[in-house]
Amino acid sequence: MEPLLHGVQGFIYPNEIELQWSILIVLYPFITGLVAGAFILASLERVFNVRAVKPTYRLALLTALAFLLIAPLPLQLHLGHPERSLEMFLTPHTTSAMAMFGFMYLWYLLIVLVLEIWLDFRRDIVMMAREKTGAARLFYRVLALGSDNISAESLKLDDKLGRFLTFIGIPSAFLLHGYVGFIFGSIKANPWWSTPLMPIVFLFSAMVSGIALVMLMYMLTSWFRNRPPDMDCLDTIGRYLLYAFIIDFGLEMVDLLHRIYESDESFRTLDFMVRTHLYTSHILIQIILGTILPIGLLAVVQLVQLQESARRTLYAIAGSLTLIGIFAMRWNVVIGGQLFSKSFLGYTTYKMGFATREGVLPALVLMALPFVILWILVKILPPWREE
Amino acid sequence: MDRRDFLLKGGKLIWLTGSAMVAWEAVLAGEPETAPNYKLTDHWWAMAIDIGLCIGCGSCVRACKEENGVIKEPFFFRTWVERYHVPHGDIERPEVDSPNGGYDGFPEKYPPQDGSKNFFVPKLCNQCAHSPCVQVCPVGATFESPDGVVLVDKEYCLGCRYCVQACPYGCRYIDPRSGTVDKCSLCYHRIRRGLTTACCEACPTGARRLGDLKDPNDPIHEFLRDRRVQVLKPQMATGAKVYYCDLDGSVR
Repeated sequence: MEPLLHGVQGFIYPNEIELQWSILIVLYPFITGLVAGAFILASLERVFNVRAVKPTYRLALLTALAFLLIAPLPLQLHLGHPERSLEMFLTPHTTSAMAMFGFMYLWYLLIVLVLEIWLDFRRDIVMMAREKTGAARLFYRVLALGSDNISAESLKLDDKLGRFLTFIGIPSAFLLHGYVGFIFGSIKANPWWSTPLMPIVFLFSAMVSGIALVMLMYMLTSWFRNRPPDMDCLDTIGRYLLYAFIIDFGLEMVDLLHRIYESDESFRTLDFMVRTHLYTSHILIQIILGTILPIGLLAVVQLVQLQESARRTLYAIAGSLTLIGIFAMRWNVVIGGQLFSKSFLGYTTYKMGFATREGVLPALVLMALPFVILWILVKILPPWREE
Repeated sequence: MDRRDFLLKGGKLIWLTGSAMVAWEAVLAGEPETAPNYKLTDHWWAMAIDIGLCIGCGSCVRACKEENGVIKEPFFFRTWVERYHVPHGDIERPEVDSPNGGYDGFPEKYPPQDGSKNFFVPKLCNQCAHSPCVQVCPVGATFESPDGVVLVDKEYCLGCRYCVQACPYGCRYIDPRSGTVDKCSLCYHRIRRGLTTACCEACPTGARRLGDLKDPNDPIHEFLRDRRVQVLKPQMATGAKVYYCDLDGSVR
């Protein structure tokens, strides 16, 4: 670790030489945010009766599940003793935000998401158990959990239950990601993290990233299936993305203005950090490229009459930029919060390995995994109903 | 035996075997280590540091690393010493350094009588009574003992590093050898046997002294009563129990 000493500027406490949380911990709020956002978009149709987004409903649910399954992996990989991680569930320390998050996660995964997906797909599962043969038939029969009744009444009951679950699901999704914000926002030792706005900012950025992801996935899957995407649906999602983004950006600007105006003891240090070490990832990538530009593109669609193909292109660009911007936001929170010394007298740098345990390669693999899972899920449970 | 009976009996069997296993583990572990005459509830440990007396020799840092087997790198310290240089009395912008944590002492750097303020500040875990590190530990591997010392159970720590983030004073680090967190234990193995800490014992000027707040005859009471004392970052409200006298406003 000797070379680390060269990355130090000014004075830092000797133990601060090592950056504690790596890119894997950046992935964790990013992935959890995608889950919460995708679910909230899915709920729009169900609870608020936004008919237009119906084509994305089931795809959004499956996307949420694929990402939620991967969410604990970066954490696991990061632990000094991964084999002890189960202790977090068996002997949780109740005042720890991290320990309680485990239960939030399980609740959300098992009660909300898996159950809701099962209810929504039950008819398809039963149908396939009847139609398929051999191993596939057995597989779907197991998946049906012994249910075979798809009469009109029983489907109505499914729908009722599903609606109820979504009803619990929305606050759960809010909690899930708001809670991730709390894990950072409640650390009083770190002025870059410690703000009561953190859970709310995390929540809205989660919605932004989840909506953008589902929008892109919908366009992508339509393209794969050689079907034109439903423009009414895309326009609606684009509109929601714009609204959520404006709120998210507004909140972040409130936070920023507040910090600048208050100028507390940490301000000089943080201000210098944002102007130097974080300039590229914060000002250029997060704010300009990943926020202002996509908001502008989405606003153009609202203000100017454009052809379908032009709108599709703009949505694709805006969606991709959004994901980059939100990833940069997570990066700036997690990594940025560790680049300055708690003595406010110095800075350190983050050197990322490539094929190390917490390097770029495992991060890329972890980011690719949800898409593989989603591909398998889509094969097992095709989300599109036959038109 | 019918099915109901079978389930009932089988269930009981599984449950009992499980509890027996847990009990057996406790039997194997034996009695907890006892220190004769040491009662946890009779003590409330703290430390008194007199900044005016610290000469920056680094004896405490060396003694600590030796006593506690702390890894000998120029980073990772249970205790370390910082040198403050405050030119023109500007407490907002002190120049601070801590080469190798003060392990090798401090080479002369600032000319004497240049009108600046210079002093050394020994640092260690503040043994907070409301520790943010203890609060955030997801499994309770780090805890406050009844005699007022914040300790770490290495057999239990996950190495999640949340406590390192939560400590406002930079007192914690991950020991690369064990993958678990490490920090000053106030030489718990020594103080329970009536000894003082390794750092206090090694200090040639008596700048740092262990104190027992529950012992009415401990000189720390006089120190707290008669001197102007302060804890580090009081705004953090962590209930820090390392008290400094002559603490300058420039100290972070």
